[in-house]
Amino acid sequence: MTYGVRLKVWGDYGLFTRPELKVERLTYDVMTPSAARGVLEAVHWKPAIRWVIDAIHVLAPIRHQSIRRNEVGHKAPAGSLKRAMNRGDLEGLGIVADLDRQQRASTVLVRPAYLIEAHFDMTEKAGLEDNAGKHLDIFNRRAQKGQCFHQPCLGTREFAAHFEGLALDAPLPPAISETRDLGLMLWDIDHAQTSRPSMFFRAKLEQGVMQVPAPGSAGVLR
Amino acid sequence: MTAITQRHDFMLIFEVTNGNPNGDPDSGNMPRMDPETGHGLVSDVSLKRKIRNYVDLARTGEDGHHIYVQESSILNDQHRKAYRALRPDDPKVDKDAKLNPKSDDEAIKLRDWMCANFFDVRTFGAVMSTGVNCGQVKGPVQITFATSVEPIMPAEISITRMAATNEAERKQKAEGDDSDDRKENRTMGRKHIVPYGLYVAHGFISAKFAERTGFSDADLALLTEALSSMFEHDHSAARGHMSSRKLILFRHASALGNAPAHKLFDIVKIGRSVDGEFRAIDARLDNLPPARKFGDYSVKIDHDALPAGVDLIEVL
Repeated sequence: MTYGVRLKVWGDYGLFTRPELKVERLTYDVMTPSAARGVLEAVHWKPAIRWVIDAIHVLAPIRHQSIRRNEVGHKAPAGSLKRAMNRGDLEGLGIVADLDRQQRASTVLVRPAYLIEAHFDMTEKAGLEDNAGKHLDIFNRRAQKGQCFHQPCLGTREFAAHFEGLALDAPLPPAISETRDLGLMLWDIDHAQTSRPSMFFRAKLEQGVMQVPAPGSAGVLR
Repeated sequence: MTAITQRHDFMLIFEVTNGNPNGDPDSGNMPRMDPETGHGLVSDVSLKRKIRNYVDLARTGEDGHHIYVQESSILNDQHRKAYRALRPDDPKVDKDAKLNPKSDDEAIKLRDWMCANFFDVRTFGAVMSTGVNCGQVKGPVQITFATSVEPIMPAEISITRMAATNEAERKQKAEGDDSDDRKENRTMGRKHIVPYGLYVAHGFISAKFAERTGFSDADLALLTEALSSMFEHDHSAARGHMSSRKLILFRHASALGNAPAHKLFDIVKIGRSVDGEFRAIDARLDNLPPARKFGDYSVKIDHDALPAGVDLIEVL
């Protein structure tokens, strides 16, 4: 038994990085299902449920812009953190940003807007007190009131997403009238496996609507 | 320290006069601009850099207020070295270089220790390659790109210097000998300035993420202090005159929030002030001279439109 939700999201910029082009990031033309899942999880999620994205409607023309920023080249090394922790002082632990500089460009989407159509399934972690109605109510209440666990984003956290819940019987906002092949797109990452492999699907925009294959279906490529 | 329990959203309104708030490395350090609308931009990371610098300056060496991602020379490290020299009986650096923590448990311990010691890790998060789960700390504070209220018109200013960088440059000048003596050593440079720009940045503070990193009320107070006065300690030849003009904090009654953020931001209207009257920004303003001071703008807050359960705090 599943229940659907509809969430409208929009923002000034979006960056849904292609895994093959992520040093100088290049965005996909359309929000990926995994990014959409992240937005829904920012509003409501519990281990008892799993969000499944059904379709993504593109509500605004697909446009790009390039932004180059100074970024830090490295992550914090766990080894030296551990040593500093055992030693009890912070000497030499900081990253000197000027010495570890990388200038990277990102090609981002300009003023994207989407309608996410999704539903959730119950997982094996669902207890006796979990029922689908409860989670659906919580999600819809939060989406309508603008409540969230954390402010969702369009790909990366500097590009905040505004959101608005849409009732299932409300009329759909018009999608752009565009039909095109978007090529292979990231479907999601399989977090159940330790190697965390990426899964892809053949994305197609038909009259502004991108249908997303169901989990486990033949449309999901590994 | 106990974490904050209420969600906050904030709006920072700041200005730049005859300066470059944020250079674009892609276009020769011109001020960042949205190529479609001509509005000026200041990147999120640029603002975070200033917050870090302010906290480093205001809370130098205080426990729990260290800054992980530092800029240029780290004076603190030198201080700490001296401190250590005074106390030689401290345990020495252990040599066994374990690259990854052995368990999830240890990864969590490392994460908590970093959060407890470093203000910027606790506030903005950090990616730590702990190997176990990538040890990502998502910070509660999220800042977006700041955009200018109206399109900006950057000006390019040529400047001269009465000296040469090196002997070779000087010789080169001397060979083309038709110039007069005074100009002999002169080199030219360029500066980009925005004559005036009023920018708005939006920020979000998640109480739920604060729970995980221990971002407390005191940290929030320090953050608002930093946002209010960070430009006062960031003066340089490039920046011109920058200052925070308004900082508006929306405090939700609950942890998850009581209203959508975009509706709260809409409560604050920024328009031009024409003969002391508020005028919404549209094409009709094109007939007026460009804004050159904060007084040319008018910030209107519609207190009646504030949803129930949200407090509006004008920090600045």
